[in-house]
Amino acid sequence: MLWRRDSVQAAWQERGYPLKIGALTEIFAGENRVAMTPDSATQLVKLGHTCVIQAGAGVKAGFSDAAYQAAGVEVLKTAAAVVKAADVLVKVRGPELAEAKALRKDQTLISFFWPAQNPDLLEAVKAQGATVVAMDMVPRISRAQKMDALSSMANIAGYRAVIEAGNNFGRFFTGQVTAAGKVPPAKVLIVGAGVAGLAATGTSVSLGAIVHAFDVRPEVAEQIESMGASFVFLDFADKSSGAQDGAATGGYAAPSSPEFREAQLAKFRELAPDMDIVITTALIPGRPAPKLWTADMVAMMKTGSVIIDLAAERGGNCDLTVPDEKIVSDNGVTIVGYTDFPSRMAAQASTLYSTNIRHMLTDLTPKKDGVIVHNMEDDVIRGATVAHAGEITYPPPPPKIAAIAAQKPKEKVKELTREEKRAAETAAFKAQTRAQVGMLLGGGALILLAGMFTPASFMSHLIVFVLSCFIGFSVIWNVAHSLHTPLMAVTNAISSIIILGAILQIGSGSTLVMILAGLSVFMAGINIFGGFMVTRRMLAMFQKS
Amino acid sequence: MEMGFTTAAYVIAAVLFILSLGGLSGQESAKRAVWYGISGMALAVLATLAAASGAWLAALLIAAGGVIGWIVAQRVQMTEMPQLVAAMHSLVGLAAVFIGFNADLELSRVFALDTAAREVLSGFAALLAHKSPVEQNILRVEVFLGVFIGAVTFTGSVVAFGKLAGRVDGKAKKLPGGHALNAGAAIGSLVLLGVYLSTGALWPLIVMTLLAFFIGYHLIMGIGGADMPVVVSMLNSYSGWAASAIGFSLSNDLLIVVGALVGSSGAILSFIMCKAMNRSFVSVILGGFGGTTGPAMEIVGEQVAIDTDGVAAALNDADSVIIIPGYGMAVAQAQQAVSELTRKLRARGKNVRFAIHPVAGRLPGHMNVLLAEAKVPYDIVLEMDEINDDFPSTDVAIVIGSNDIVNPAAQEDPNSPIAGMPVLECWKAKLVIVSKRGQGTGYSGIENPLFYKENTRMFYGDAKKSLDALLPLIN
Repeated sequence: MLWRRDSVQAAWQERGYPLKIGALTEIFAGENRVAMTPDSATQLVKLGHTCVIQAGAGVKAGFSDAAYQAAGVEVLKTAAAVVKAADVLVKVRGPELAEAKALRKDQTLISFFWPAQNPDLLEAVKAQGATVVAMDMVPRISRAQKMDALSSMANIAGYRAVIEAGNNFGRFFTGQVTAAGKVPPAKVLIVGAGVAGLAATGTSVSLGAIVHAFDVRPEVAEQIESMGASFVFLDFADKSSGAQDGAATGGYAAPSSPEFREAQLAKFRELAPDMDIVITTALIPGRPAPKLWTADMVAMMKTGSVIIDLAAERGGNCDLTVPDEKIVSDNGVTIVGYTDFPSRMAAQASTLYSTNIRHMLTDLTPKKDGVIVHNMEDDVIRGATVAHAGEITYPPPPPKIAAIAAQKPKEKVKELTREEKRAAETAAFKAQTRAQVGMLLGGGALILLAGMFTPASFMSHLIVFVLSCFIGFSVIWNVAHSLHTPLMAVTNAISSIIILGAILQIGSGSTLVMILAGLSVFMAGINIFGGFMVTRRMLAMFQKS
Repeated sequence: MEMGFTTAAYVIAAVLFILSLGGLSGQESAKRAVWYGISGMALAVLATLAAASGAWLAALLIAAGGVIGWIVAQRVQMTEMPQLVAAMHSLVGLAAVFIGFNADLELSRVFALDTAAREVLSGFAALLAHKSPVEQNILRVEVFLGVFIGAVTFTGSVVAFGKLAGRVDGKAKKLPGGHALNAGAAIGSLVLLGVYLSTGALWPLIVMTLLAFFIGYHLIMGIGGADMPVVVSMLNSYSGWAASAIGFSLSNDLLIVVGALVGSSGAILSFIMCKAMNRSFVSVILGGFGGTTGPAMEIVGEQVAIDTDGVAAALNDADSVIIIPGYGMAVAQAQQAVSELTRKLRARGKNVRFAIHPVAGRLPGHMNVLLAEAKVPYDIVLEMDEINDDFPSTDVAIVIGSNDIVNPAAQEDPNSPIAGMPVLECWKAKLVIVSKRGQGTGYSGIENPLFYKENTRMFYGDAKKSLDALLPLIN
């Protein structure tokens, strides 16, 4: 097959393969992340690609140019050089308009894009004829989890939110009894148990706080409780709007009815005076963040309490939130509205994000030969692609597969009452008795019938036969399942007891009889030795640990 | 006096055989039990030899056969056990046919002699000489029966051997006419019995033997694949009944006892296998799975593949692992790799266990023997009933080369052809890794919803190669 590989390589060189994957420095102010790490570059090379990166792109995330060079990545001075060299550009933040205009025809950009919010950007890339794979559009199905950058970023945001809260909170998370006095544990409320909420829940629990978590989807209660937090139950009758099935909305929460919202706020008001830290993560796809933590709740909170609003970018869950800023309310409650939590953990975020990108490229390079196949039949690739071949391909058709299989109502096994149970048992006992007596009568009659026509010598053998069958049955039932193969081998060997008949016949006067008997003795001999030997071999292998 | 001595030896031998089978209830006592069997057999054979004429010839033939048997037993691979067992059944079957014919020939010869000559006969012939006419007829029935069962066992086992060894296509095949042919042949045999009893001639016996040969061949040709464990244990049972029938015709109680033991053993094994598939014995013998009662449940989801790194990561993180081996493991000869994986995981303090479904493999207990050969300790190899409740608390379940025995459709879909069959509930584990060659269905041809479950990852490729690639990554 060598010639084929050569010809493929020749074709590559002609068309400029293997493809170059290029990573750009983020130009958005305060963005520290980078879309390619030395590690992910090593993996990309395994897919048959070569990698380039803009000088200094990874510095803020802790990856030096030298580290990239050591991983075999070519470091280019300017962004323009990278755009020129690369066939596939990877970025974290969506492109600025200028960046979008710099794209070539048939160049692929993989980054966050938010196509719904950026229609003019979408038009720009369409005009350039470039392909854009939006990491925020990856459908939420099992297969695509490994490239779900929103989840991996949300996970970091959730963790960082707790750390940020701890930084602004003047007390311990965990309760302690020390020589210098007793310290009460911090009480944390997490609103919205999505990926970020669960990460925040886990982090606060492991720091020792008492954690309550709330979500409009009651099915997440189990996840919350499995992490050691308690789920805030809402006593709300209208199940049709309250108890949402996450499956219908692709695993996200949907807007709730006004009545439900009121019940929710009442619950929060009840909790507010008690809570030291509130982390809100409630987002509804394609809408501004719902206002869940009103000004009066902030006023109820103790001085020194902290609110971390992870929804700040979309307007915030708290009335007082100012995006990108930390403010202190009149009663001394700190409200953090940062929108760049993942970027504040750039090294971790870059590692995860670049892995997501790498998985996306793995799917785009099905043969691992450095050739990108943009298969628009593939659910994941189709869903994430927002512009392709000079056309806007957003919004994608609904995925063929539901994100979470709708939970089927479980059929309840009817509890039997005691009387019913007893009746069933009696019936079973009666049926058993009937069957047994019937068999005994039938079998007995048959044997008696045989006894009327056969001589005593036959009947004496029959006794032996019937009793042996009974012994056989009771003995074999006790044989261990794991020893069934040895059992077959040993029964095989002893069924060669038939050799006795042949031995008795071998001394016959007739030659034919002698030959047949001789053959039987010979065959049975093989069986006896073979059967016992192989059984022994097998049994010797069974060892206890 | 001599007769009494032989019978006494038989009594001891019979006791030893019963103890030998009873000892198989545990792995440790089994090692002793096999010696009971050997001594029982030695005692019975020696006692018979001492009383028989032509003992030197018999001894010579036993020795010759013994050498062959010994060599075969030493060389056979554990994966070839099903074939070996089938081959051995065929020998017992053929021997039963020969001995039955001999009994008939002797009977004719003895009664052709005059009364004076009969008195000087010895051994088996002497025994026959004293039979009354009714006893002779009974003897003929017994001979007929013994030869019939023996002949069915012989061809059946030869076909089963061919299928298990891969020399005959393993799929179920029937001649046009199907089971009507078998029924016809059986009725024909019954008619021949009548002819045989009334004439005492040899030809009905020969014709019946040919018919029985056909039945054995055709019956087993019609059964295939995962039903082979039932076939092999059924043939095991037949070889016992054949020995018993011959015992009746020779008026030898030891043969009757041992035949009955072996016969009931095989019958129980068949019963256990059938129960494990939730099918009746008749439906297995008639071949094919029962019809469905409605459309199969639609399967939602997709098969998600996983690579070697992913499996290694999952295993490195897991605390408890259950491995479910099936026939595919035997085919791929992956048991050594599985054992090595087990050893490595156990060395890291993980709880690794095996779950064995009763019909996994092609022979009852087949998987246990393969794992034992690969030095997997038997106390971590558990039966379905022992381990099925532990899946929900298990991190990773690895399915290697099994399909129908882990099919959730048996529980979830009342319309599935295997509905109600007890299965290993591996999908309750946190993660299920399925090592499989490709996307095909199992023996029953039923789509397996397990592969589409959200917590299932498909590890495509040859089991042995995949595991060998996986081993260095476990650390």
